[in-house]
Amino acid sequence: MTTADLILQATDIRKSFGGVHALKGASITMRRGEITALIGDNGAGKSTLVRTISGIHRPDSGTITLDGEVVSLDTPKAAQKLGIETVQQNLALVEELTVWQNFFLGREKTKGVGPLRWLDRAAMKQTASTMLGDLAVNVPPVGSRVRRLSGGQRQAVAIARAAGWGSKIVIMDEPTAALGVQETERVEQIVRKLRDQGVAVLLISHNFDQVMRLADHVWVMRAGNAVAERRIAETSGDELVSLITGAKAA
Amino acid sequence: MTTTQPDIARPSAVRSALGEARRLSFWAENAAPIGLLVLVVVFAALSPTFLSPGNIKAMLVAAAILVILGVAQSFVITTGGIDLSISATMTVGAVGFGLAWQAGAGFIASALLAIIASTVIGVINGLLIASGKVTDFIATLGTLSLATGAALILSAGKPIQVTSIELLRITTGSVGVFGYPIIIAAVVGVLGWFVMFRTRFGLHVQAVGGSEESAVANGISATRVRIAVYVISAVLAGLAALLLVARVGAAEPTINTSYLLNSIAAVVLGGVSLTGGRAKIVGPILGALLLTALANGLTLLGVSQFYQPVAVGLVVVLAALLTRFQKK
Repeated sequence: MTTADLILQATDIRKSFGGVHALKGASITMRRGEITALIGDNGAGKSTLVRTISGIHRPDSGTITLDGEVVSLDTPKAAQKLGIETVQQNLALVEELTVWQNFFLGREKTKGVGPLRWLDRAAMKQTASTMLGDLAVNVPPVGSRVRRLSGGQRQAVAIARAAGWGSKIVIMDEPTAALGVQETERVEQIVRKLRDQGVAVLLISHNFDQVMRLADHVWVMRAGNAVAERRIAETSGDELVSLITGAKAA
Repeated sequence: MTTTQPDIARPSAVRSALGEARRLSFWAENAAPIGLLVLVVVFAALSPTFLSPGNIKAMLVAAAILVILGVAQSFVITTGGIDLSISATMTVGAVGFGLAWQAGAGFIASALLAIIASTVIGVINGLLIASGKVTDFIATLGTLSLATGAALILSAGKPIQVTSIELLRITTGSVGVFGYPIIIAAVVGVLGWFVMFRTRFGLHVQAVGGSEESAVANGISATRVRIAVYVISAVLAGLAALLLVARVGAAEPTINTSYLLNSIAAVVLGGVSLTGGRAKIVGPILGALLLTALANGLTLLGVSQFYQPVAVGLVVVLAALLTRFQKK
């Protein structure tokens, strides 16, 4: 493997909150067109690491390289501009609005002349419908309110929205935590499809079966460090557990 | 779960509408138009003059101010806020107009000053609520008192007579049964609808009301949206002040509490949830027409003025009870 295969390299990331050292020089890499899982016990630093990549936290030190170039991800907006989208755990959907309105919330398409502009509803509905249809089966009509969607459908909308902006990397924090078996299966299909479209996915999951089913590569975090990496094809759930607990040295 | 719904043939659409009517949510969603229809039928049956062109014209003129305030209040309530200072803001606008007019300013200059005076209150509301994080209820209750006091102080508590040809033209001019005031209110309604449902800003208003957290996560400035809705409310209150001065023929520093309560009542009748997120413009306008028709009809039937607040109160409480059955 050469570095050209890497879409993202986070190197020696340190981050402290007051006296708490959440990250003590963690380094991970993500490869193009792969699902990279990030696992570890509660408090191992997964969320903090992901938040530095999505621009929510600024690391105290360390570098993040995207596509071979060192980038500074100071705000979520900056990360988005560089093609890093995050599906928040709460999904950040407005229930009273429709699917297409949520899709374009904050980045609406408008038409009109000069300062007099109005929403290009037809174009937004069309785009949202296409983007959702490309990714998921059983998609709800884009005119329905999010309030009426099931948990899995909401997840599908949030993921499709994140994937829909020419994104290079989509970060997902426990995307199926609140879902039933069938809905989990559907969301996993969406994640696979996203990978097949060439998007690199960073997946935080507590579910080892899911990581073994879904991911291509896995990083294990323990006590603020990324202590091990494995190809999924060359590891097992048991090994991952022992790496997380530290029963097995990296 | 179906992917796409095939076009439903007309007959079944009619049938489903009829089936819908058996449910409470149908009545809750359409409280204002149904209520208006019922009132019109009842009053028309009881009073022969109710549906005469002259009375319809009078009702529409009388409804204009409330329609404008209803649209204004609807923007604020869609964000989950409330503007209790709306009628006091209108009073400040009216007194501003009167003082400017008294000082010899022309109609245009006086009208501009009225709207600017009102806008000041709106900016204060917006800053207090959006930047100062003061509860909307308390902030606008405070400015309600401030604005009322300011209007009394500025006018020394006395009404200012205004005899402006322009204002006279506004009150007397009409196209058919539609007097100029209701035409102005209709323009406000159309613009309000367009801004709410067809512009980015309107979508952001609904988003902030629906879930401020999600709206902010998607890059929307909730602070700016909140300031904007209170400013819109105040600008429209200033416009309503012109119609008020035109109607009364004077700028009065009196407290127009009934306009405040009725503006909120119109929005509630219009099916807007006070928790925010669900925007409606046509509903509050119909609500304003309903409240005006109610007052007018009761007057025609010779019911004492004292009973009118009771009737308004009953209608509003009933409507509020009905909104509990609105579709989620």
